[in-house]
Amino acid sequence: MSAGDLLFGLCAVACLAGAITTVSAQNPIRGAMGLLTTIIGIAGLFLKLRAEFLTAIQLIVYAGAVVVLFVFVLMLLGADARAPARSGRSGPSRAIGGGLFAVMSLLALISAGGATGEGGQSGLTRFRAVSAGHGSVEAVGTELFSKGIFAFELASALLIVAVIGAIAVARSRQGSVRAKKVIRSPRDLFAGPVHPRDAGRPLASDGGRPLRSEGAE
Amino acid sequence: MLSDTLEHYVLLSALIFTIGGVGFLVRRNVLVQLMSIELMLNSVNLLLVAFNRVHGETMSGQVFAFFIIAVAAAEVAVGLAIILSYYRLKSTVYTDEADLMRH
Repeated sequence: MSAGDLLFGLCAVACLAGAITTVSAQNPIRGAMGLLTTIIGIAGLFLKLRAEFLTAIQLIVYAGAVVVLFVFVLMLLGADARAPARSGRSGPSRAIGGGLFAVMSLLALISAGGATGEGGQSGLTRFRAVSAGHGSVEAVGTELFSKGIFAFELASALLIVAVIGAIAVARSRQGSVRAKKVIRSPRDLFAGPVHPRDAGRPLASDGGRPLRSEGAE
Repeated sequence: MLSDTLEHYVLLSALIFTIGGVGFLVRRNVLVQLMSIELMLNSVNLLLVAFNRVHGETMSGQVFAFFIIAVAAAEVAVGLAIILSYYRLKSTVYTDEADLMRH
């Protein structure tokens, strides 16, 4: 077993262990760490497949940005993100999921075994040598900015639209929901609750009388 | 057995994709579902790069993987924003509570 095979085995095991951790962890923080393990394993496989540029992109964008964004949101939600769902449908769906996974892995193993079955290793597609610049920044960049320039510009437009959309969706709606106080006469300045959130709340120093009755006339 | 052939990469990619798909279908935590989608996208990236290694005269597979990474980043940004908005609405991240459009 050469060093390359060892790297492949290590990365494959890391990928599978991370993926299983991601989907099975009850604590989503552990799931995010499993996703990180899978991403780093796939980056190692990219390195083995002579895709140095994509290895760097994978580590920067996925491990550096996407996973950090996930952890940000998990920290923002706090304990609510890991509250266990107590629903009666959980058992059967888990059984179906496990069965689906078993069937799919069996199919994958059978198809892989079909490739190796008759001729031993001869049925497998071995990698041939590629040019020295395969997967380098120069090679990918040349292709990206010659054949893929239009898609590249579209991708940048997509990212801008996505960021603006994310801001628009996630923005707090406090400003638009808060009721504006209409002032018709000077009396209105001193009537009613000072803030809409105090509308139904009695004043402690006022003998429990709700503020609303003051300005109800 | 652990030799470095295309079939091993296809097998590994299929397994990761299946794990991601099962996770998306089985889990009820919408954050974990989003992570499962990331797993599936990553497995497809791995497949594209592996096939590009076989057909090494062009770089199209790696360029495709590059675009998938860009789209995945946009998808995560919008998805997490929707999750935050949903959490603000329902105070939970479990998809069982998202039954507004159930007839």
